Amino acid sequence: MSAKKETLGKTVGIVLAVCLVCSIVVSGAAVGLRSLQQTNAALDKQTNILEAAGLLEQANGKIMETYDALVEERFVDLNTGQFVDAPYEGYDMYKAAKMPEYSSRVENSNVGFQTRPDVASVYLVKDPSGAVSRIVLPVHGSGLWDLMYGFLAVDADGNTTRELVYYKHKETPGLGGEVQNPSWKAKWDGKKLYKDGDVAIQVKKNAAADNPYSVDALSGATLTSNGVQNTLSYWVGENGYGTFLKRQSWKS
Amino acid sequence: MADTKEMKKVLFGPVLDNNPIALQVLGICSALAITTKLETALVMSLALTSVVAFSNLFISLIRNHIPSSVRIIIQMTIIASLVIVVDQILQAYSYQIAKELSVFVGLIITNCIVMGRAEAYAMKSPPLMSFLDGIGNGLGYSFILIVIGTIKELAGFGTILGFEILPLIQNGGWYQGNGLLILPFSSFFLIGGMIWFIRTIRPAQVEPKE
Repeated sequence: MSAKKETLGKTVGIVLAVCLVCSIVVSGAAVGLRSLQQTNAALDKQTNILEAAGLLEQANGKIMETYDALVEERFVDLNTGQFVDAPYEGYDMYKAAKMPEYSSRVENSNVGFQTRPDVASVYLVKDPSGAVSRIVLPVHGSGLWDLMYGFLAVDADGNTTRELVYYKHKETPGLGGEVQNPSWKAKWDGKKLYKDGDVAIQVKKNAAADNPYSVDALSGATLTSNGVQNTLSYWVGENGYGTFLKRQSWKS
Repeated sequence: MADTKEMKKVLFGPVLDNNPIALQVLGICSALAITTKLETALVMSLALTSVVAFSNLFISLIRNHIPSSVRIIIQMTIIASLVIVVDQILQAYSYQIAKELSVFVGLIITNCIVMGRAEAYAMKSPPLMSFLDGIGNGLGYSFILIVIGTIKELAGFGTILGFEILPLIQNGGWYQGNGLLILPFSSFFLIGGMIWFIRTIRPAQVEPKE
């Protein structure tokens, strides 16, 4: 080790010097790479929205071009179900949920979070003629280990589900992580959310494939399946997008 | 200056003769978790190798100035900074893989190989040799990860680096993926098997019976 005799001054000096150099290197890397990272994160989000929109194959690698051409982000006031302007520039519904002036408390639900934003983002997917073909709704709720974030895509009738794409979760790989398995995701195609105006969609065991109101639960992942159920019940219910989906504001 | 023979020994010794995972049984935590696919195993190997190599280099450069009373903290500071830099680079240039590796890149900080080499080798050796020692140990770690990653991905998903080798039943082929090998703990069997194999061809590594 050190050949010279150690003094308090030298020890403190070395420690400070090492810390200074390390902090400069770390902050340099963080600042220098930030723009690239943000581009990546945006691209990743657009990829997931396109997957929910069913356009990923068509996009064939041109994520940004396809997204800009066929997807439009709008903001919805969840209480009235009407389109509104973004509350502020660069609005993020998940950040807004943590700000008291932009959010409301969640009551009587086990969806797994305490506050939800008053204004949510929705993504309108248009066919080349300009008509809305699908609506992609951001949803989240607790799984077994942590909140799971995903996109629910419904048809323009506001009732038929097309995709449920989870893009961020911490479920156990092979069990709850199977929410990302293509064969499970395919089961959501064509299911109905509402029956006579009430939320009817269910994630349950041994669901028949031809039952339009139920999706087979993941085997070995009951708590994750319950989480998906709670997430959907909340978000398509009247506290979530229920009002918006009933008003069908995108048609006017 | 050490001669080339010594350098070769430092560089390639850890692959078979003194493998950090198989002989020293260090750093197996990450080897268990991220070897499900070969691609993540490769990126993790690369990340760990660069961290060990550079932490060895920097620690060796200032080894005569590090006060021994706080040496562990200084090593940790340097290692942690390098790990954060590697994590930032991964997020910038390889976002998908960074997402899959998630917490494990950050956990390189606690990987025993990095700390072990810094303490055992870099504190006593000149910079160039320390750097080579870091790369050598990184290679040893990579070797195990790549072998296990290949076995697990091939048996579990029927693919190698995402290319289909054994067509799965789900995709209309004949191969039933081995679900056990997808789970992290199956690496225990595989690492155990590799230790057995290495000790069979290198009997000197077998510990004497007590």
